[in-house]
Amino acid sequence: MNLFYNFGKYVQWLAQVFKKPENWGMYWKETLRQMNSIGIGSIAIIAIIAVFIGAVTAVQFSYQMGGSLIPRYYIGYIVRDMTIIELAPTFSCMALAGKVGSNIATEIGGMRQKEHIDAMEIMGINTAAYLVQPKVIAALIVIPMLVCLAAFISIIGGYVAVVPTGAFSNTEYIQGLRSFFLPYNIFMMFVKAVTFAFLLTTISCYQGYFVKGGSIELGNASTQAVVFSNVFILLSDYLIAMILTG
Amino acid sequence: MIRAQNIIKNFGEQQVLKDVTCEFERGKTNLIIGRSGAGKTVLLKILIGLITPTSGKVFYDDIDFYDLEKSQMRELRMKIGMLFQGSALFDFMNVEENIRFPLDMFSKMTPKEKLTRVDYCLERVSLTGNNKKFPSELSGGMQKRVGIARALVLNPSYLFCDEPNSGLDPKTSIVIDALIHDITKENDIVTVINTHDMNSVMEIGDSITLIHEGKLAWIGNKDQVLASNNEILHSFIFASPFLQRLKSGLVQNK
Repeated sequence: MNLFYNFGKYVQWLAQVFKKPENWGMYWKETLRQMNSIGIGSIAIIAIIAVFIGAVTAVQFSYQMGGSLIPRYYIGYIVRDMTIIELAPTFSCMALAGKVGSNIATEIGGMRQKEHIDAMEIMGINTAAYLVQPKVIAALIVIPMLVCLAAFISIIGGYVAVVPTGAFSNTEYIQGLRSFFLPYNIFMMFVKAVTFAFLLTTISCYQGYFVKGGSIELGNASTQAVVFSNVFILLSDYLIAMILTG
Repeated sequence: MIRAQNIIKNFGEQQVLKDVTCEFERGKTNLIIGRSGAGKTVLLKILIGLITPTSGKVFYDDIDFYDLEKSQMRELRMKIGMLFQGSALFDFMNVEENIRFPLDMFSKMTPKEKLTRVDYCLERVSLTGNNKKFPSELSGGMQKRVGIARALVLNPSYLFCDEPNSGLDPKTSIVIDALIHDITKENDIVTVINTHDMNSVMEIGDSITLIHEGKLAWIGNKDQVLASNNEILHSFIFASPFLQRLKSGLVQNK
């Protein structure tokens, strides 16, 4: 019942979030600040994760190919498509749910506890819109860029893991990368990135916005932001896969 | 004038405010006093619309606050300034940005006009030249003064202060009280202060509303406090042994 109650409350709250801003300039300024915080602040962690996604995919696929009749150049093809379709958007956004999501929930929850939100309400500001809308818009712009970067780095990670070690040749890997490319897969990657970005920011903002109590409740809100974001990212990942590949 | 009429507020089974009716006049510092848990913060939050009453009405110069459309309520709120107990300054903005925030959001002033207004407000609270400091670099008293400056920046008609002296030393408390009192007189605004501070009661209590266990217990002013026979008022005002000795001294001297 609690889940349905929260879902209803979340939907009603979203209607408040996407109301017309009181001042476009202020909202844009805040959006730029959030783009910097979410985007620039997350490049390092996304790059590290992406390198290992690509490397592990390449090494494990190399292991599975051993003794099979699968052409060796498939290594590049598999790493590329695995990364683009699934690993880059999903892993990156799950990592961002941990980093950005918990940060957002704590920031907004802290503002609630320190009466910053009340102060803005009294000034006549639609706080749901001012505090959440710029974060969502910033995430919708920068997270797909981060996912794109993750896909690129991941493919390089795969190359670094198998070519210099001699498991595969440079020609085999590059030939694989150039084979069977479908631009539709890039579209799928962006659909996932945008959906996950929306989910992780709105769920995290929701958890922070309605926090009540003290530091324990704030900690719980932060944890729930990460847990629920990840659960809904995985659920929507499945649904998108079903819809876009069906 | 602000008038709270028959305010009842329940939180679940618990009734926090029990049919409270009171008025807060323009040009006066109106104090709401009472013990912790008496319901005065709830009353203050109901007056500004942060908590909705279970029943009852709030009138701002005969405008029924809770009958307003959301957009009208937002317009009215632009005429309200509020000083929070913890100042509620935005940590990621410096003093100037904090004070300018309502102007940035709602006014069509040029940047130069905004800066002039911010500087005026800072001067009014004796913090000239602190524009670029962040809240973390300020003392509690300075944060309160920045909070007052931000509350004043849009030229409010109504000023609310939630325990403006909490966490401050007696001397700084006197400065803050005097500042709020002077601003109220200068701008002829309705000021409502929620306080525990006995010094505030005796110094700036142009109108005092005592809330006890959710009910209105006494209404008067600072000059009527000592003359009153209200037991609840006296047990609240002269709660400490020191003040009791002082009171008996005053009575003997009379």
